[in-house]
Amino acid sequence: MPDKKKMHDYWKENLKYLAILLSIWFVVSYLFAILLAEPLNGIRFFGFKLGFWFAQQGSMYVFVILIFVYVRWVNKLDKKYKVE
Amino acid sequence: MELLTWTWILVGLTFALYIGIAIWSRANSSKEFYVAGGGVPPVLNGMATAADWMSAASFISLAGIVSFGGYDGSVYLMGWTGGYVLLALLLAPYLRKFGKFTVPDFIGDRYYSKVARIVAILAALMVSFTYVSGQMRGVGIVFSRYLEVEIDMGVYIGMAIVLFYAVLGGMKGITYTQVAQYCILIFAFMVPAIFISIQMTGNPVPQLGFGSMGHDGVYLLDKLDGLQRELGFHEYTSGNKSLTDVFAITVALMVGTAGLPHVIVRFFTVPRVSDARKSAGWALLFIAILYTTVPAVAVFARTNLIETVSEKKYDSLPQWFHNWEKTGLLKFDDKNGDGVVHYVADKARNELKIDRDIMVLANPEIAGLPNWVVALVGAGGLAAALSTAAGLLLVIASSISHDLLKKIVWPDISEKGELVAARLSSVAAVMVAGYFGLNPPGFVAAVVALAFGLAAASFFPAIVLGIFYKRMNKEGAVAGMVAGLGLMSYYILKFKFGFFDGGLSAVEALKPEWWFGISPEGFGAVAMALNFAVSLLIVRFTPPPPPEVQEMVEDIRIPNGECQAVGH
Repeated sequence: MPDKKKMHDYWKENLKYLAILLSIWFVVSYLFAILLAEPLNGIRFFGFKLGFWFAQQGSMYVFVILIFVYVRWVNKLDKKYKVE
Repeated sequence: MELLTWTWILVGLTFALYIGIAIWSRANSSKEFYVAGGGVPPVLNGMATAADWMSAASFISLAGIVSFGGYDGSVYLMGWTGGYVLLALLLAPYLRKFGKFTVPDFIGDRYYSKVARIVAILAALMVSFTYVSGQMRGVGIVFSRYLEVEIDMGVYIGMAIVLFYAVLGGMKGITYTQVAQYCILIFAFMVPAIFISIQMTGNPVPQLGFGSMGHDGVYLLDKLDGLQRELGFHEYTSGNKSLTDVFAITVALMVGTAGLPHVIVRFFTVPRVSDARKSAGWALLFIAILYTTVPAVAVFARTNLIETVSEKKYDSLPQWFHNWEKTGLLKFDDKNGDGVVHYVADKARNELKIDRDIMVLANPEIAGLPNWVVALVGAGGLAAALSTAAGLLLVIASSISHDLLKKIVWPDISEKGELVAARLSSVAAVMVAGYFGLNPPGFVAAVVALAFGLAAASFFPAIVLGIFYKRMNKEGAVAGMVAGLGLMSYYILKFKFGFFDGGLSAVEALKPEWWFGISPEGFGAVAMALNFAVSLLIVRFTPPPPPEVQEMVEDIRIPNGECQAVGH
């Protein structure tokens, strides 16, 4: 069993990643696609209104990217703490 | 070749494939039966999860829902994909490290209590049964539309196929058939979408196509907004629902997705913790391919439909219109007798009734694609319905044979005995699901909201707190789950069934009384919040969990090391 202090640090770094990624998750879906959709719709993004685009396209792309970024970050973290 | 011949050939071939896979991937141990031996590569598990997740409703109805709802349809698109971020970041890796077979396993061990386990079993059964009855019905409907057999006959055929590979192969058989089913359904969905995108915008990528200009040089979405306004509908790119409700529904669907037992168990099947994270990413990628195409199909289909039929003479309409009229999915009622189709928002003057499913089903015909493409859509719809049904049936079977029998009633049962019990419970589960498919309770559509709400209100908080809050104890978790389930059930009974106000007829009149203006579909968000609040309150006044449980929590947070539970 690895020592407690190290595991505690590992967990703290992991939580930091979660906080960053979940904030982005919240911003693209709940903020851009819902709460701010109305004002964002004033901005054109090719043929889309921007708020609408986030609701029906953009947020989903970001979701996929978020998971793969998490996979990358945490794999590095696992290596750093030798827990892979 | 005739459409019917093509359909029989494609459906026959795909069914032969599923059966072949089932024979090849027979399960020989209970671990293979419940979690495919824990040896599924992450990419394949991603595909299987995607097929498991995308039901007949995603495949056939979603584009139609978005098509009629416009911006309001976004709640389903975001809600049913955003949940995977929660799964990948907050649940999947830790549950994989925990390394047992089912969700009630985790709840029961983490909260060191039989009561918690039983509450979890009940919730898993409620969620899965509500969900599966709709799927079996879906199989029957697809059969009847494409193969011209009775709906009931279709349900029987579907039952036989699922029975064969689920009973024989368990999770192992289900996983590999789901991989095949994903490939079939995504191909079947994308081919017509790409063709139509090229026809309407010249762009082969539907996701870009619906933001481009049509041949008249006007952006497609602007044109559709204009058409909608002219006919009296709300603008396509803005919605009818209130901001609070859109917010709440999105939360409920995301959290519900992350709490659905048949999705969670898929992450028990990969070899390592890092694979669980990775395969959640693959799963969402595979799902997003379909889900980002859906809004494009919705816009193409709606524009096409309005331009083809609105204010046109009935006699001059294309053949596909009359074909689909025969199925009852399109209904024209010439109210003012002028022989012209008036399709408008005003119910009194509107003459055209359109079933939302037609947006996917009739798409290939509207675009004039060959018969084999139309047949392919049928095979795709069946793949979507069967894969989801099988995944749900496995959850039901393992809840009975593993959680209830092995863990509570008969702990001494042998490995062989448990495997037999698992097979018998899947037979029983198929029978019950088939019964609901043959005699659909009138409220199937209504209970889907309940399934998500229940999952959001029960499992999600209990699992998240179990991982991220070491001091969380059984008193808090059980009280939270019971409160969440109770409030959710009450709200659905009151506002979806009119249970306390004289039945279904009262539902419409009760709308102004919705709490905070939140619909029953979105109420899972509130019930989940209540679960969290109750859990966190009760835990303050009750003793902390025993030291070995706290150690277990520390252990599941670290990816490496032998999971003490594997192989039981």
